[in-house]
Amino acid sequence: MAERGRTLAMGEDEATGARDTVEAPFGRALVAIARQRPEIVGLTADLGKYTDILPFRDAYPDRFLNIGMAEQNLVAIAAGLARTGKLPFATTYGVFATRRAYDYIAIALAHSGVNVKIVAGLPGLTTGYGGTHQAIEDLALMRMIPGLVVIDPCDATEIAQATAAIADYDGPVYMRLLRGKVPVVLDPARYRFEIGKAQQVREGGAIGFISTGMMTERTLDAAAELERRGVSAGVLHVPTIKPFDAATVAAFAAEVDRVVTVENHVVAGGLASLVAETLFEHGVSKPLQRIGLPDRFIECGSVPTLQARYGLTTAAIVATVIAA
Amino acid sequence: MARPNSPSDTPDLAALARRAANLRRHMLAMARGQGSGYIGQGLGIADLLAVLYFHELRYDPANLAWAGRDRFLLSTGHYSIALWAAFAECGILPVEELSTYGADDSRLEMSTLDTTPGVEIIGGSLGHGLGQGVGMALGLRMDGIEARVFVELSDGEMQEGATWEAAMAASHFGLDHLVALIDCNGIQADGPVVLDMEPVADKWRAFGFETREIDGNDLGAILAALAELRARTGRPKAIVLRTKPGRGVPTLEARERAHFVRVDPGEWDALVAEFEREAAHG
Repeated sequence: MAERGRTLAMGEDEATGARDTVEAPFGRALVAIARQRPEIVGLTADLGKYTDILPFRDAYPDRFLNIGMAEQNLVAIAAGLARTGKLPFATTYGVFATRRAYDYIAIALAHSGVNVKIVAGLPGLTTGYGGTHQAIEDLALMRMIPGLVVIDPCDATEIAQATAAIADYDGPVYMRLLRGKVPVVLDPARYRFEIGKAQQVREGGAIGFISTGMMTERTLDAAAELERRGVSAGVLHVPTIKPFDAATVAAFAAEVDRVVTVENHVVAGGLASLVAETLFEHGVSKPLQRIGLPDRFIECGSVPTLQARYGLTTAAIVATVIAA
Repeated sequence: MARPNSPSDTPDLAALARRAANLRRHMLAMARGQGSGYIGQGLGIADLLAVLYFHELRYDPANLAWAGRDRFLLSTGHYSIALWAAFAECGILPVEELSTYGADDSRLEMSTLDTTPGVEIIGGSLGHGLGQGVGMALGLRMDGIEARVFVELSDGEMQEGATWEAAMAASHFGLDHLVALIDCNGIQADGPVVLDMEPVADKWRAFGFETREIDGNDLGAILAALAELRARTGRPKAIVLRTKPGRGVPTLEARERAHFVRVDPGEWDALVAEFEREAAHG
């Protein structure tokens, strides 16, 4: 009998073992940026350990606030700090930021364009703690809020660059966080993250993958595997969900035989929906296959088991595309 | 004439009473123009706003962005009628603009947005004020700015759990430059308060606030409570103000305790006359 997987700690490392990793890329980046930016304040709602913000606390204890398990208050306090000229980075889990503090993100932040960055751990299916902890619909919820920037970074390179980019951007941002040992997928010497820009990270024409977040790593691996099997596949990486780079997506889709979206999120309301809207609006008529999470709450379990079961692994992407 | 304001050691009670009467006069004119509105709540906190804007707050109507200003956050955005009256009276807004209250494209909305000069936050989604006040108080303290933060909230609003999240944090961080001003007028959207919030003052004391409970329509009591609390350090402060909706217009005071007062068009002359009679008798 095969050994069964076991549910581990709340937030596990994102590394799949195939690539080099960086430990706590968000926390490291924030510490470095904050050296030049004394107005940066770090906040968390009792999840400092699990959102990689402890390096910031250790570097700048006077600029760090742990406000306890109170996500509405986390956002409200961050809003008040921003109104006195501070630049707050507030961390919690995606489920709590979006489900518990929605009105505060919408009204206290987005309505007035208040300069607060929400950094949200455990995106999609990256924890085995079940529906209470898996932010499977956060991108859909956040993209509905007027004026909010929504980012789903791919890897350690992009987290570091996006952290700097959102610090420079004057306005509210919701950014998904990969924590712990995070793989390096994008070459830091060549890749340049820009808010609102989709970037082609692999050439190829039969299959046009459009992916976001950590799924871009698995999609790149799936595209390489498909090529070994004689199927040409390109990958467009879309780290910014809002504002959405519709022009680049439409142009990319126009050049491929069929489009496959891949996201660590329910297939309703997130990347797949945005791509479908974009293709219709631009008159790009291509078959569209949507890879992502189903319309259901997901059980507890080990992350590798769950990701395989729900189609988020490289092997699952290859199999899904071949089967279509 | 707009001029900087700061607390005086010898407040002029008669002058403040005239200001409070002017605020009520402005509000009656606005409500009359609009035909309805939150006039009950507005008249109820006129005395508090008169004391804040003509005595307690350090601010400059001609320089609203001054970083060292005391902040006043109106969490109950639907009390905007009272805030617009205060802004007109202290010179932030022209008095003539009050007639646009609630009209399409007016800056003087029925529920406050922060695009109007002098408004510190968007109120109206209740439970938002105190937490943002805590954030401001923390930010000011980090920068060594000695400004204070006053947050108005209401008895009904205390039912929003975020109020208590904010109260816990204010106390934990020892924000003695934060003052919660709780307007207990006994009404909320569905009528008289639907959950018993008593004992209100004990709740704030239990959360670690230096607390006073007063008649919120007694100018002298408001002045005294603010003066006492100014001298205290180490803990956040709360004043529980027992106010009367419609205060100053006996017919409105006696009317069913309505959240959104409707007045028949023919009634306004009588209400204004009633108010002026009351005001003349002090």
